[in-house]
Amino acid sequence: MKKIFGKPECMTDKPFHYCPGCGHGIVHRLIGEVVDELGIQDRTIGVPPVGCAVVMYHYFNIDMTEAPHGRTPAVATGIKRVHPDKVVFTYQGDGDLAAIGTGEIIHAANRGERITTIFVNNAVYGMTGGQMAPTTLVGQKTTTTPLGRDARLIGYPIKISEMLAITDGSIYIERVAVNKPANIIKAKKAIKKAFQIQLEDRGFSMVEVLSQCPVNLGLTSQKAAEWIDNTLMKTYPLGVIKDKSGE
Amino acid sequence: MQRILTAGFGGQGIVSMGKMLAYAGMKEDKHVSALPSYGPEMRGGTANCSVIISEKEIASPFISHPDTLIAMNQASLDKFSELVLSDGLIIANSSLVKVNSDIRNKIKVVEISADHIAVEFGNLKVANMVALGVFVRETAEIKLDSLKTALEKIFPPRRHNLIPINIKALEKGFKR
Amino acid sequence: MVEKVLMCGNGAVGEGAIQAGCRHYFGYPITPQNELTAYMAERLGELGGVFIQSESELAAINMVFGASASGARAMTSSSSPGISLKQEGISYIAAAELPCVIVNIMRAGPGLGDITPSQADYFQAVKGGGHGDYRLITIGPASVQELYDWTAKAFYLADKYRNPVMILGDGFLGQMMEPLEVKKIEELKLPPKTWALTGAKDRSANIIRTLMLKVGELEEHNKKIQDKYKRIEKELIEYEAVLTDDAEIILVAYGTCARICKESVFLLRKEGIKAGLIRPITLWPYPSAVIRKISNNIKCILTVEMNAGQMVEDVKLAVMGRCPVHFYGRMGGGVPTSKEIVDEIKGLEIK
Repeated sequence: MKKIFGKPECMTDKPFHYCPGCGHGIVHRLIGEVVDELGIQDRTIGVPPVGCAVVMYHYFNIDMTEAPHGRTPAVATGIKRVHPDKVVFTYQGDGDLAAIGTGEIIHAANRGERITTIFVNNAVYGMTGGQMAPTTLVGQKTTTTPLGRDARLIGYPIKISEMLAITDGSIYIERVAVNKPANIIKAKKAIKKAFQIQLEDRGFSMVEVLSQCPVNLGLTSQKAAEWIDNTLMKTYPLGVIKDKSGE
Repeated sequence: MQRILTAGFGGQGIVSMGKMLAYAGMKEDKHVSALPSYGPEMRGGTANCSVIISEKEIASPFISHPDTLIAMNQASLDKFSELVLSDGLIIANSSLVKVNSDIRNKIKVVEISADHIAVEFGNLKVANMVALGVFVRETAEIKLDSLKTALEKIFPPRRHNLIPINIKALEKGFKR
Repeated sequence: MVEKVLMCGNGAVGEGAIQAGCRHYFGYPITPQNELTAYMAERLGELGGVFIQSESELAAINMVFGASASGARAMTSSSSPGISLKQEGISYIAAAELPCVIVNIMRAGPGLGDITPSQADYFQAVKGGGHGDYRLITIGPASVQELYDWTAKAFYLADKYRNPVMILGDGFLGQMMEPLEVKKIEELKLPPKTWALTGAKDRSANIIRTLMLKVGELEEHNKKIQDKYKRIEKELIEYEAVLTDDAEIILVAYGTCARICKESVFLLRKEGIKAGLIRPITLWPYPSAVIRKISNNIKCILTVEMNAGQMVEDVKLAVMGRCPVHFYGRMGGGVPTSKEIVDEIKGLEIK
């Protein structure tokens, strides 16, 4: 029988542990496809976050290390400085990157670390059970904002991609989504470009991926995907935020 | 064993004096240690450096009672003079330091207007070398040549142009 | 013989690391260890190594994590408040069994404290420091030469045991200048780092992790590292004994305090008091056996530290009541003088 569709070569056969409708599996797969297409499986090193994706190393035949919560870019920096010829990426959630690890990501970007960051923003904490994320929208209900996020008390959804774009060390930052096929195709292009920028030794590259967490948003998978289109994108519009790759 | 306390304002080259003495002692195959006081101040505060030059291994690098105090400013003399051993020596930079008769009656004091001499040489900063020259003459603990060699180690190569004036200052203190 | 240079303790640590082949240093400035950070910046610049002044101590220790996970000899240094910040990362490094060297040039606390020397981080260093059951090999050098020798050796020990090693100094040791012989460091044989992250080329992927969710897995991992600690306790104990053979009173002190105590021992001997000194060099593993043995034959022990009494607990655990164990300490940057210690001994009620 002719095989017409399969998992990327660099991925293992282990089934994902993610909840039904979760976006992580899609993002993992896109990374797998990009690594295969670039032919870099044997020289890629990944740093997953503390969060739902902490065990993403189960799903790849790629060297990986855990990092303490938020310190992911610092660990990646250490790896890249030892192995400048390898492809080093971090995979971080909105808690890891935009809350506890804000300092590390800003300075990694500003140093122009030759690493690629995949930033998965689903506007809520998944692993710990649905608490507010720094990217939670104003008015959004979570277990720690039971009446909805009150901006006067706890501030506004943070726009990390826009913040990182003003660092001189960042070369390419784009916001994409994985809530429907058309967006997924664009997301893959962005991830590939981000890795290519690292291969060209240009500087820091990051793709922010708006992703769905149906369980902690309290929505069905379909409604969660729609919520990204109708609600989340109003605060986090898709598109290229910074691209100096042509310069 | 010779325990020396160099003291003065930050910026007077107090720690450099300590390093010079330690280097010179080391060149003569003696055991040495130099322990600078360190503080939040980088310039203008009080600074001191405890130096030990010894024939035997040095147990503690700390000095409770120096054999020699080199006081480059008044505050240093006021603070440390009573710690000096009764058979010890105080070298005072008389350009900035007044030594009262109480001290003079108890301990041998050698005064030298190090700042004035340094200014005559055209560089106030070599006042510390004038005082070191006096130290060598008074104690014979180390050789003047050892201190001269030490200058090459203390100054980074880009500052080696300053070595001749420092040697002149050392010699001036030594001969006076 | 190698020509001697006059060097401060902080510089000696740096050169020891360089001579041991450390080419990756990550640090954040804090007094009184800044000379070390500057030294590494200069030397690694000359040698084409990697020096990063990180955005924080948190970042620095985790850069060390990444570099060590990649197979490199990596080091960070700081002083007390900064070492507190590194504890999370140190726990992860110990859990992941990654080799690295961490230098703590202690200053007085608690809190911001000040920049004067102290030994108040002893508990933090030898009892673990961060969360979970783990140990750092902890070395307490007492001279500029020892800072050099032991920093170089620390990299070997870290690799040998796949364990972080801490060099525990203090502000005075860091600032103090003494002659240093920059001895050539002999490369001892070590197993290849087959676990390191180098890219999964012609092998399955290497994963470095400390998250262990399978039932019993984490307990097994804990047992494994505890077995390693037992092995280290057997193989690695270093101390110096001064005039202990006929001693009736033993001083126990490490680092700067040990230097002062050595002078006190000589002063006491001049007055006919039979004093001796045990100076632990490895603070973990601790030379408990030697202290236990000697405690059978002496009148008492006086432990001297620049803190409120930390190592004295380990001395008491070693002695187990065989002889009285006294303590003399200075805190908050206070440094005991040799005479204070002599007076303290004379004031003891010795039976």
